Order: sequence, then C-alpha cells, then structure tokens
Amino acid sequence: MSENEPQNIQHEIFERVWILITPDKCSGCRLCEITCSLEHEGIIWPEASRIRVFELLPGVDVPHTCVQCPDYPCVNTCPVNALSVDEKTGAVLVEEEKCTECGACITACPGKVPRIPTDKGSVVICDLCGGEPKCVEICHEAGHDALKLVKGNYRSVFKTFAKDPIEKSFEIARKMYGEEFLR
Amino acid sequence: MDGYTGKLLDINLTKEKIKEIELDEEILKKFYGGRGLGTYLLWKELGERWETVEPLGEENLLLILSGPLTGYYPGMKTAVISKSPESNGVVGSVLSSEVALELKTSGYDGVIIQGKAKSPVYLLVHNDTVEIRDAGKYWGMGGTELYKTLLKEVHEEIKKKEMLKGIPKEPAMMYIGRAGENKVRIATIMTKLMHAAGYGGYGAVMGSKNLKAILVKGSKALPEVYDKEKVKMLLREFWRKSFSSTTFREWGTGAGGYSVGHDRSSEPIRNWQEEYHDNKEISVANFENRAWIKKYWADYGCPINCMKISYLRYGPYKGAITDAPDYELQAYLGTNLGIFEPEKIVYLSYLVDELGLDGINAGNTLGFVAELYQRGILTKDDIGFELKWGDEKAFAKLLHLIANKEGIGEILADGTYRVALKISKTNGIDVTKYAVHVKGIGIGAHGVRSDLDYTKDISYAVSVQGGDHTSTVALPARSYEGEMVNAFYDSAVICSFVTQPGFENILEFGNAVTGFNIKPEQWFNEIGMRVIHLQRILLLLGGPDVYWDPRKDDDNPSRFYEPLPNGPVKGKAPSKDDIKAKVKQYYKEIGYDENGLPKEEVLEELGLKDAKRELQRIKKRLNL
Repeated sequence: MSENEPQNIQHEIFERVWILITPDKCSGCRLCEITCSLEHEGIIWPEASRIRVFELLPGVDVPHTCVQCPDYPCVNTCPVNALSVDEKTGAVLVEEEKCTECGACITACPGKVPRIPTDKGSVVICDLCGGEPKCVEICHEAGHDALKLVKGNYRSVFKTFAKDPIEKSFEIARKMYGEEFLR
Repeated sequence: MDGYTGKLLDINLTKEKIKEIELDEEILKKFYGGRGLGTYLLWKELGERWETVEPLGEENLLLILSGPLTGYYPGMKTAVISKSPESNGVVGSVLSSEVALELKTSGYDGVIIQGKAKSPVYLLVHNDTVEIRDAGKYWGMGGTELYKTLLKEVHEEIKKKEMLKGIPKEPAMMYIGRAGENKVRIATIMTKLMHAAGYGGYGAVMGSKNLKAILVKGSKALPEVYDKEKVKMLLREFWRKSFSSTTFREWGTGAGGYSVGHDRSSEPIRNWQEEYHDNKEISVANFENRAWIKKYWADYGCPINCMKISYLRYGPYKGAITDAPDYELQAYLGTNLGIFEPEKIVYLSYLVDELGLDGINAGNTLGFVAELYQRGILTKDDIGFELKWGDEKAFAKLLHLIANKEGIGEILADGTYRVALKISKTNGIDVTKYAVHVKGIGIGAHGVRSDLDYTKDISYAVSVQGGDHTSTVALPARSYEGEMVNAFYDSAVICSFVTQPGFENILEFGNAVTGFNIKPEQWFNEIGMRVIHLQRILLLLGGPDVYWDPRKDDDNPSRFYEPLPNGPVKGKAPSKDDIKAKVKQYYKEIGYDENGLPKEEVLEELGLKDAKRELQRIKKRLNL
C-alpha cells in the first residue's frame, strides 16, 4: 500500500487534458468560436476566440488552438511573466494586466497559436476552460466531434500537432482536392 | 445603439472617395436592416427619379448590408440590394457570405457603392482601413482562380501587417465572374466558389461599376447586445432545436431533385412542360456516392450544416467543383434541361459558379431557348449548333456564350423575359407564353400547378420579388407563410433555413440583441408592411427599359395555366378566375387598391407620406 501511494499522487498531479483536433470532421460551423468568445469575453468575437477555424479554401476547415507543448516555449519566452502554466490542467494562463502585447509568445509558438485581437489589450491563449473545454462540448453536441478531449499524462507527440494553420490548411486541401486543383 | 455598429461605408468609385455615414436609430427601428434598410436607402437616394435610373448605369447604387441579427443569430447571410436589372424594382438578395460578419467586426453595418470605377478595382476593408485597389490582373477570373490569387495575396498582406499579433483568419470575399464583368443581367455575386446571390442580377450591377471583388477582414468584437444573458440563453436553445433538423443535415436540399418531381409534381422539366418524373438517376444517393467529398459543411455559426461539396475526381468533367448541387440547381440545370445524371448536373453547376451566372435564371433561360428549338422557332442556324434536351455539352456551350455575350449569348444575356420580347418582335410570333417568369425574374424551381408544394396559386404572381421562391406570397397576406416573414429574414439578415425556432422567437431574439421591443403584430402591421409597400412602389415605377402593369403582370406565367400533362395529379392547373379572385383578395388584405397600387392612406399610416409622389407617377403612367 505504502509503495503505491506516491504513484497515485503522481498520477493525480499529471492527469491533464488535451484537445485532439480532427480537421476532417470539422464542418466549419464555428460554434466553437462563438461558444469560446461568449465564455471568455461575454460577447461574440471570432478573432478573440481561443480556438479559431481557418478556411483558406472552401470546405477546408482547420480548427486551430493551443496544444500545450511540454516545454512551453511561449511561457518561457514571455519577457514580463504574463504567462504561466495551470498546474491542474497544463493550460497556458494569461495575466491580462501584465501582457504588453509584444508578440514574443507568438514568435516562440511552433503553431503560431496565440492571438492579439484588435482592442483586446492582451494576448489570448486557450485556458482549457479549467479542464472542461466548452468548445469540445459544443462540437460534440453539434454532432461533429472534430474536437475531442484526451486525458492522461503529457506526451511529447502533442507538440507535433502545433503547426502553422496556413501550412496545415494546404496539406488538408491537397488531400481533399488533390495536387491538380491547387495548382 | 445595440446590435448595430451604427455606421455605413459610403464609397464613391467615380470620385474615388470613401466616407462614413452615421445611421439614425429611428430609421433602423422603422426598417430594421438588410432588405428593409436597403429599400429605404435606395428610395431616399433614387426614388424621385427611379424610372430614369438605368440599373446598369453609373447612378445606380449597390448596397452590401448586414442586419441586426447578423453574426448573433445562428447561420450566416449577407444582403445585396440595388435597383435590379431583372425586375427594375428592388430585390433583396442574400448570399451565405461572411462579408457581413467581417464588416460588423470591422465596425460597419454595410457598404454603399456609388458610381463607376474607371478601370477594374476591388475593395478592401480591414478594420478601419478601407481601400479601392486596382483589380486589372484579376479581371476575367472565376472563383477558383481568385481563391488561389487575390484572396491568398490579401491574406498574406494582412498577415504581414498583423505579424506581431498572431495569424489572422482569412478575409471574407465576394466577387463576380465573367458574366458580371460583361453585365449579363442574370449574373450573380458569388462567394466561396459555390454560394451566390442570384435573384436580382446584382453581379451585373457590380460589373457595371467595374468592381471585381470585395474583401473584408475585421478583428474587433461584434457590437454589444442589449441583453447579453438572454442572447446567450436563446442561442443555446436555438442551437439545440436546429441540431435535430436532420433532413437538411444529411442531404441539404439535395434530395429534392427526385422527390419534388416524384412526390409533389412541382419540378421544372423541359422548361416546365412537365413537373412530374420518376427518374431515380437524379437521386441524392447518387450525388452522395458519386460526387460529394464533404458531407457536413456549414457557414459561420450554422448549426444545420446543409451544405455539401461535390468534386469530380474522374470522368469527362473531372475537376468540377460545386455544392450538392442544391435542389434549385439540380432542377434548373438538370431536369429543366432534360438532364438527370448527377455528374452532368455537377458540371453545369460548376460552370455557372465559375462564370458567375445565376443557376436558376440561367437554367430558366436555357430551358426557354431549348423549347423554342424543340418547336422549331429557333433553329440550328440561329443558335449555332443543335440544342436537344439532355445534351449537357450544348447547354454548357450556351452558358459560355451567355457569360461572354458572344453569338446568340449576346441576346440571351438579358434573361428570359427580355429575350422573349426580343424574339417575339424579330420572329413575329408571340413566344412570351413560353417564358416562365414573373416580373422579369425566372420562377424558382417550385411550381404551383400541383398544389402539393409550399408554393401555390398566387405565390409568385403578387410577390414584390417576382419569381423569387424565397419570397413568396400567401393568403392571408399577413400570415407566417407570407412574404412579410421573408422580408423579416432578409432584413434581420439571417438564413431562412435556420428558422426552426419560429418567427416569434427569432423576433424576440432580435429584441434581446437590439433592445427595440418589436411585437410580432408590429412587424406584420408596420415594419414588414413598410418594406413591402416601398418595394411594391419601386417595382411599379420600374424603367427605363421595362415597366409593369399590375392589371396584367400580377399573374402567373401562361404555362402555369396549362394542365399538368402527367403524374398523379395529371390535368391539374389553377383557373384564371380563381387566381384573379385571390389576387384581389391579397390586394385588399395588404392595403393595395383594386388596381394593385398601394393606397395613399396606407402609405400615410406607415409614415411613407413622401412615397405618394412616386405613387402619382405610377398612376399617371398607367392612366389611373
């Protein structure tokens, strides 16, 4: 019993959540964006949503949000310590008052995820809604499940999902329409 | 002001001047937005000289408008309004474009476009930055090319500009194809390759202004709403209601190609010579299995997902991309031309999208010409080739000729009604009886003869938008089935496919957004009436090339009096007397006099006193 104890504690500390995105299932309805901005800003604000769906070509819908890299380059690069890690969920938290909108976190992010919307006054990054992401809930309710909640320990593979949305769009478009169409 | 930004952009392309206009809250309460507000603005600016305003001339205005519900209410529409080159009145046309949303998040409720640019231009709105830019290198392009060039370049540019602010989403774009550039009256304004504002012919208006495209990117929040909690609560409730709308989710309107013909006997077949068929080749299962590459596609905020994308990977029409096609284009570019194979219909639908033609009105014109060919009124020599029912290659050739105004396309570019007048004159036989239109607008693909569809007897005959199947009339005139509700959707600027919550609940949502406290009866007795009466006046003013006389034009096309030739309701057709009686009844209920003109006292009650001067001019022209 005493041998198992530390393991259990460790398990509790490191059980984190992660949003798995399957773009093929995304219809582009943006209910995630609406839900997120209503939740965080109290108003509909597509560019301030912590998850944004890009549609560079009709039908090529690419949801884009934070993947919580295990090494948190954004948090580490922030010159004013406005970013921190939520110990419970692993999400990046933004202290809006401290943020100077310098953009260092955006440059550091391998997926170019953080966004500074006009008139907002700070950067916005997904906070996983404290462990129960509202975008995932509405995507499920809407019948798409393009967003799914994955629970478990950190895995380095998560970071590989962090990608420039334009690059990602191109890859999905090529799969959907083929090389010829994109020429 | 809640729900509105309170500002419009006023862009004069002749003078290359851009300014902002403040919107008066009283006017918004009276006309709401979209179609209502647009009709008011057109009347205010052009009403006194409406008959002389050439729809494709420099003095016409093109309005791109949002409504108070745009962006808040589920689903996405942008309203396009102008003096129509088809009906010469005002047609409120909507398309599923995020332009209205991006305008609102840029700080504008809409754009007024005046004048005409010296050479091709496009308009860019990026938050507070508004620019008229050279579009020389994009002229001639269709949607697929514009996406790969113009949209990509502008997105790159905005991305660079916002480099330290993260990657902005793509701008919304609406544009015209070659048909619009060449001022073809049945040209559309397009968005997202396959969405169109068809009715009205506003692609031609955009082309007449040398305006190739409008790109908009906003990154601000939508305007504050009056009652945040209520909006949030209703939104969730409405979403839940809409999620269960499974027919649209699974098939969009794509099941109609078979079922409207088979179940309702109201599908146009060979220029409406028939309306019943049992051809399973055109079934939605075939479209799904053979053409759809994306089954659930939605516009911004839409819980329904009625859009599907067709893309042909193999066969002679490889590379064709379009939507389902929806029922309207399955019918108008399919059955109406005697074509039942999915791939051929996908191809023709792709073609009208790329050329920027209205699939409904172009399909209506093609069917009309093919019937004249069938009857030997037009020959191979007139057309340049044989035009047999079912020959998609010949119809494709005609579409190219129309969009480019070449050969017989030069004449056909004016749309069915005007073509019928011209051919009747040159050939010396009356062919207007084969033209299936009301007031210059080709009738949507829902017939009235069978009485089994939502469209019936006078649905089109007295509509202020003529043959538009999305703005149809019913008795009682001020009912939920009637045109006043369509005017509401087009003025709130929402999608009529996301109206499951019902008119009253949507209006309540609107009140929570705007704080206006409009009651349903107020819409039916005041605001909706105001919009319809003003549209009616501008329609009856008409001109300069076409005028309407309600005594003969408030009627169905002749074809709709011919008994249905086959199917379960073979022989059915409305009687002339019945239609006449219903038209009179409608006049009475809506507030028109016995000749179909808005009554002076009604105009006064609606606060449209100044419209009496227009009424006098209509009376004078009609000798009343």
